This record gives sequence, C-alpha cells and structure tokens, in this order.
Amino acid sequence: MIHIDWILVLVGGWLALGIGALFTLHNTGFVARRLFPAGALIGLALAAVSLDAAFDTPEVAQLVIGLPGLPMHLRLDGLSAFFLVVIGAGAFGTSMFSAGYFRTGEGTPPGLMCLEYHVFLAAMAMVVLADDGYAFMVMWETMALSSFFLVTANHRVPAVRHAAYLYLLIAHIGAIALLLCFGVLQANTGDYTFANLRAQQLGPVWSSIAFGFAVVGFGAKAGLVPLHVWLPEAHPAAPSPVSALMSAVMLKTAIYGLLRISFDLLHGGLWWWGAVLLALGLASALLGVVFSTVQTEMKRLLAYSSIENIGLIVTGMGLALIFRSYTMTTLAALALTAALVHVLAHACFKSLLFLGTGAVLHATGERNLGKLGGLMRSMPWAAWLMFVGILGGSGLPPLAGFISEWLLLQSFLFTTALPNSFLNMLIPLVAAAIALVAALACFAMVKFFGVIFLGQPREEKLRKAHDATGFERLGLAWFAAGVVAMGLFPVPLIDLADRVTQILVGGGLAQTVHANGWFLLAPMGVERASYIPALFLAGVAAATLLGLLIARRLYRGTSRRAPAWACGYAGTNARMQDTAEGFGQPIRQIFEPFFRTTRHLPTPFDTRPYYRVLVEDRFWHGIYLPVARLVDSAARLVGRLQQGRISIYLLYSFVTLMFLLMLVRL
Amino acid sequence: MSVAGIVAQLLEIALALAAAPLLVGWVDQWRARLQNKSAPPLLQSYRVLRKLFHKESVVADSATMLFRIAPYVKFGCMTLICAIVPTLSTDLPLATAADAIALVGLLALARTFLALAAMDIGTAFGTMGARRDMLVGFLAEPALLMTLFSASLITRSTSLANMVESIAHRPFALEPSLAFAGIAFTMVSLAENARVPVDNPATHLELTMIHEALILEYSGRHLAMMEWAAALKLFAYSCIGLALFFPWGLAQSGTPLAMIIAMPVLIFKLAIGGVALALIETVSAKMRIFRVPEFLATAFLLAVIGLLVHQLLES
Repeated sequence: MIHIDWILVLVGGWLALGIGALFTLHNTGFVARRLFPAGALIGLALAAVSLDAAFDTPEVAQLVIGLPGLPMHLRLDGLSAFFLVVIGAGAFGTSMFSAGYFRTGEGTPPGLMCLEYHVFLAAMAMVVLADDGYAFMVMWETMALSSFFLVTANHRVPAVRHAAYLYLLIAHIGAIALLLCFGVLQANTGDYTFANLRAQQLGPVWSSIAFGFAVVGFGAKAGLVPLHVWLPEAHPAAPSPVSALMSAVMLKTAIYGLLRISFDLLHGGLWWWGAVLLALGLASALLGVVFSTVQTEMKRLLAYSSIENIGLIVTGMGLALIFRSYTMTTLAALALTAALVHVLAHACFKSLLFLGTGAVLHATGERNLGKLGGLMRSMPWAAWLMFVGILGGSGLPPLAGFISEWLLLQSFLFTTALPNSFLNMLIPLVAAAIALVAALACFAMVKFFGVIFLGQPREEKLRKAHDATGFERLGLAWFAAGVVAMGLFPVPLIDLADRVTQILVGGGLAQTVHANGWFLLAPMGVERASYIPALFLAGVAAATLLGLLIARRLYRGTSRRAPAWACGYAGTNARMQDTAEGFGQPIRQIFEPFFRTTRHLPTPFDTRPYYRVLVEDRFWHGIYLPVARLVDSAARLVGRLQQGRISIYLLYSFVTLMFLLMLVRL
Repeated sequence: MSVAGIVAQLLEIALALAAAPLLVGWVDQWRARLQNKSAPPLLQSYRVLRKLFHKESVVADSATMLFRIAPYVKFGCMTLICAIVPTLSTDLPLATAADAIALVGLLALARTFLALAAMDIGTAFGTMGARRDMLVGFLAEPALLMTLFSASLITRSTSLANMVESIAHRPFALEPSLAFAGIAFTMVSLAENARVPVDNPATHLELTMIHEALILEYSGRHLAMMEWAAALKLFAYSCIGLALFFPWGLAQSGTPLAMIIAMPVLIFKLAIGGVALALIETVSAKMRIFRVPEFLATAFLLAVIGLLVHQLLES
C-alpha cells in the first residue's frame, strides 16, 4: 500500500505548487527559479517511486472526492507504473528546462502558467492511475483542458487561438468516443469500475464496437491518421516546454489508454483488431514522416515526426494484438516490448528536440528554418545536446531509437508462423514500410539539424545568439543522457517492459534476455539475433581511434584554416545554401500524391520574380473542411428557427405544449 | 570467445584495411582496360592515399568540430562493418555485437555524419551533396535491409555469421527469393558506392556529382581517411554480397589451416567481383539524378518481391 500513497502525496505536491504560484502571479523570478525546479524534483521522485512500484504487486486506493457515493478508484499496476515513469522522468527534464525558459511573461501571467502546468502534470499522472471510467474521464478532461490553456499561453496571437480551438475540438470528439466506449464496456451493469469492465464477457460485435470507440477516442489524442491535424497546429503554437510535454508525455497517455482497454479490459480480442491498428499505425508513420521531411517550420517538423513515432508505437501494438489473438505469447511480448521501448525512447528524444527548439527560439526569435543556420558556433551546448537527440530520433545505433526499431523489425521477421496466410503475406510489406519510415526519419532529422545548426547563419543576428542557460542545459542534458543510457543498456528497459507484457499478454522477454547477461540483447536466442550496444559503441570508438592513430602516424603535413573551397568560386554567401524547402524537394517530388501542393513559378518576363510553394495536408481539405461546411450549413438551417423575437419563441413553446398534450392524450 | 576467433577477427580487420584500396585499384584498372584506356598501376590507390597523407590539410574557416571528426567516424563505422561481415571465418567475437539490422544502422550512422559534415561548411555544393546523398540513402537503406531479410527468412536468423553459415551448409537449392535479393543487392551496392549508373567517382561535374560533392571541402589527411573509408565500404559491400550469395570457401573451423585456405578463395572471389563491377560500369551510362529514385525504388520493390516470393513458394 505504500507506493500509491506516496504517488498521491507527490501529485498533491504538484497541485500545491500550482496553487502556491497563484499568490505570486507576476513574480517571474520566483515562479521560474523556485517553483519549477521544485516541481522537477517531485517529478524525479515520482519516477523513482513508480520504478520501484513496477516491480511490486498491484496496489489500490480510493479517493472520496467528486459525486457522493461515487468515489474515485485508483490502481497502480505494472502498466500504470510504466507510464508514471515516463510522466515523472519527462516532467523532471521539462520542468528543469522551464526554470530557465520562462523569463518574461508569455501572455499568460507566469503564476497562472505554473498552475496550469502542474495541474496538467497531475492530471496525466491521475489518468494512468484511474481505475474506473468516471475517474478516468474526469482526469482525461482535466488533462485536455489544462493543456488547452497551456497551448493558448500566447493568446493574443490569432493563429494560436485558432490552433488551440482545433485541439480542443478534436480532443472533445475523442472524449465523446471514450464516453461511449465506457458505456458499451459496462454492459448495462451500471458499474464503471475497471474490475467490473474486465469481468464482462462481451460478444464479438459489442466488444468490436467498444474497441472501435477506443481507437477513435485515443487515436484523436495520440494523433493517428486521420485525426492528426491538430498536432502540427497545436505544437508550434504552444511554448516549447509545453510542446515537449504534450508530444513526449501526453500522447503516451493515449497509448496507455489504448493498451488498457484493448489488452486489459477487452482481453485482446479478435485478430482483425490488430490489423486495424497495424494499418492505422503504418498510415500515420508513413504520412507523418513524409510530411515532416517537407516542413519549413522547426516545430511543425517535430510535430509531424511525433505522428510518425506514435504510428510506429501503434504498429507494434497492432502486431502484438495479432499475435495475442493466436496465443503466440513470446512474439506478442516481443512486439509489445518494441512498442513500449519506443514509448520511452520517443519520450526522451522528442522532449530533447522540442526543448532545444525552445532554446533556439529564445536565442533567435525565429522558428522558420529558412532564417536559421550556423547556430552550432554560437550555441554549442544546445547544438551538441540536440545532436544526440537527432541521432536518437533517426533510429541510429547505438542510441535509444535503434533499440525499439530493432525489436520491431525482429518481431516482423519471425512472424512466418502465423496460421493466417493472408497476414503472412502482408507482413513483409509492413516490414518494408517500417524500414522506409526509419530511413525517411533519418532524412528529416538530418534536415532539421543541418538547417538549424550547420552551415552559415542565414541572418546576421544569428551570430550573436546566446546559448542555453544553466537550467536549460540541465533539462537538455537529462534527456540526452536518457537517449544514450537507454541505447547502451537496453536490458533494464526490457525488464521494465516485461512487467507490462506479463500483465497484458501473459509473457515477457526478461528471462530469455537475462540468460545472456547485462549487455547482450538477444530476445529470441543468440543464434537468432543479437545486439550488444556497449560493444558496438566500443567497436566504433576503437575503430575511429584507430583511424586517428593511423592518420597521426602517417601524417606529416600541417593543417591550416582557409575560406571554403566551393570549387574555387569565391563569391559564396549564406543564401546559396540549400534551404529547408530545397532539402525537402526530392521527397516532395517522389511522394507528390501525398501532398496538396500549390506552386507559383516565376516566368522569364516577371520584373520581380518570386517562387512560392505551399504544401498542405490532403486530409484537411478532403475531410475536415467538407465536414466543417456541412456543420456550418446545418447550423444555418437550424438558425432559421432563431428569429430573436420573444413572440416567436412563445409560439414555439405553445406549439410544443400542444404537441405534448396531444401525445399524452393519445 | 576462443583464441582462434580473436585471431580470425584481427586477421579480418587487417585484411580489410590492407586490401580495400587494392580492390579499388583492381576495379579501376579493369575499367580502364575495358574502356580501351591505358590502365593505372594496381597500387595507384595506395599512392593516392600516401600523397594525401603527406599533404597539408586545409579546413574551411566556418568548419566546426563535426566536420573534422566525420572522416574518422566514417572510417570507424566502415572498419566495424568489415569486422562483423564473415569474410574469412564465421567464428567472430565481434559478430554478436551487431546483426544485419545493426549493419544497416552502421551504414546509416556513417551517412548521417557525412551528410551533416557536408552541410557544416555551408556551401551550395555541400548542402546539395548532402541532400542527394540522403536521397540515395533513404531508398537504398530499406532496400538493403530487405535483401538481408530475404536471407534471414531462409536462415531464420539475423545474425550475419549464422546466416552465412546456414546458407553455406544447406543442400544446394534454387531459391528464387535469393535471386531477386541478389539483383536488388547489386543495384543498391552500385548506388551506395557511388558507382556509374548512379554516380561517377571520377567526376567533379557540378550537375551530376553526389559523393564527390559531399567530400569536396576535405583535403589532406581528412580526404585520405574519406577515400580509405570509401574503399572499405566497397570492400564491405563486396564481402556481404559474396558471403550471402556465394558463401562457399569460408573457414568453418577456426584453425589456421582453414583460414589459410579461405584467404585465396576470398581473394579470387573478390577479383571476379571486381571485374564484374568494372564491366557493369563500362556498359552502363550515368543516369540523370532525377532517375535515381526510380532506379532505387526498383531495387526496393525487387527486394520486397523477393520476400513475398519466399512467403509464397518457400515457406
């Protein structure tokens, strides 16, 4: 009983910090330098307690708040503990960064910002602890609302308000779907505790309907295609620490919910559920990564990359569902472990990258990739820490992103034993798509880092950009260390994921992995596949040093600095470098059907020639705008009833009364 | 981890480092002969390396640390690849550190460093080269992974040593999937090693160069490391191809005798492979850069078809 009490105390601490901030509403220094670091330490403690709790037996608690006779049930098991670790660790780094980030008021007063921020953190923690539909929905909505207010921090900018509204709208479509989902799950018993939902044996039709609602509800929050449109709007609008939290942590609560409902409450279910998740995940991954390569705004690029990563996670979950429905426990555990490891890896590197864009934004005031460049020299700390982040985000060995990709590809490779031949045929195609997504992610990350930090500064002011401050460096370094540590020592990660897979699919990889010691990752036996990240890094480092030694040994000349060669052309300037548009151009050409492109090309006779290209999402024009127009015209039809004259309304009341009376008489 | 394994491992690394420029020289010589030119001596690439190591290294004013370490990182990655590919023996201590997927990851790591280093200076050529190289890479890498997967589906393993060993030990059987994979692999190797239909290692024409644009700013010892690393890459690709599609003659046991036999077999196979590469380069024309994605997409599709064929016919 001890862990959950501690966690509740810590969550209470967050709330207390937030409420405390209300008393110093405009004291930026106090709120930033004192309250945010305190919140960061609470996050660290939360991560530590949950890490310990993950390896312990489940615990329950009840909170007697809310409606009378309807207490909030809470439960802490391996699955909740896993996601609490993500929340706690993410909160630590992000809060530390925020301590250095919030310097001037960003529209919302800092004290209020602090309250919203900590309520958001607390709500996320409570979402994963909730053990009944009622508590879950209350916390889910608190999370959505607090993050909505965080997104609108700069509410004086119309684009920010617009983005936040879109976010709120889609969040509520999702919330309605979740309400309906819980309604179906309780099967007319009227009892919404998860224990009761778990005990219901729904038929295939009703359980499929519940699953469908869950996919829509959590998909809207996670950003699955086609409900992804709010992400690239809301992330750039929010302050960077908020984008980091939303992208790295809040999207994961949706993954948690989907895992909880489909694996735990619905017990796995039918094979085609897995196929649905697989298809949605792959579509999101492919669309997200292709769009992220053509973006010209740094936070939009990262937002699309989040869609891609969520897609990969959902793909792993889908595969695990397929395996589970055929009771292939080890393979299901492998696929699910891949998804869970990716949850951790993505939380780390995406926080790092979003926070890094915050540092860049503060230093330069620019978010447009076309006006950045060359920041490696003026911001070495931010640049080198983010370098770790992009290597992790590209899924390159020996860092964190590669572990999950490796596990995911392994689980695809050993699927040939599926009894369903249709699925067997599909699996290689899916593996090919995953490989393509991984390679494209590398393209996007190279573009992101190269255009911001490398080359020559595209604007004069960039030469004087100041580096990240102490607290900001601490936050960035925390996540960078996470990316490296998780990449080099995957076995503890597998242990943690094992606690979850034991609950969800009834098996895990910890035993097979442990048989080979602490460094070697061989989930299916060494002869099948093995990967030793530490040895790998040692090998690359040793060979690199060997190269240095050889060069030293053979080398007798000198080294000097000179202007760049550039084939002897002396007049190069910063504007001759590839821009973000230029770098993404090949992808735009190859994947042309994905985009809705409008181009303006100059003609030879233009006196002021200009080139403009606008790349948009087809979903926005194909689905959202028609629906919006439909709603608009429906509203106009209904609006005819509304005449604004009291006599007309009295007439309506009278007619209704007559109608009801007739109805009663009949 | 046996002593013989460690010996084999060191021997492999030494062989790769020493013989990689020789392979480049061999290919160049044959290409010149096939094109009716007077051929450079076999040891020309060593001379080039020696010349570069003795030259002054000029680093652009705007270069950061990244630019200077990239050649060494690339060299390190390529050396490790040569170490994990079973060229002489399948009993390699480093082979457990990285399997086929990690091998592709290593190639991607080297490519990422190189592309970023090219963007570091901030010239038009550097960024253009980086973009083009990433374009080749994002199609070539998945294609390579799929060809390796075709082999791992047959052998039920992604560990390179096990894959090679079980392919070599099987009774001879025609595997259509391996044929598809082989063609795809050849196409990918041409693209990845900047060979003629995709790129020309002997050009500095702005419109067409890919790899040369990337390393345009390097000189002296940095360029030497780059050239050596490129030679290692060609060597590694040749060895992967030979090991997967012609795995005969590898030392099964770690005895010195077996390895002494394996060495000439490997050299013979590499010599044949080098001539084949020169022949391909001679009979094909360099394609426009806009056609490269099509070429690589074909390779990718062939590799995926190989996987499907395996699922249909062979499982």
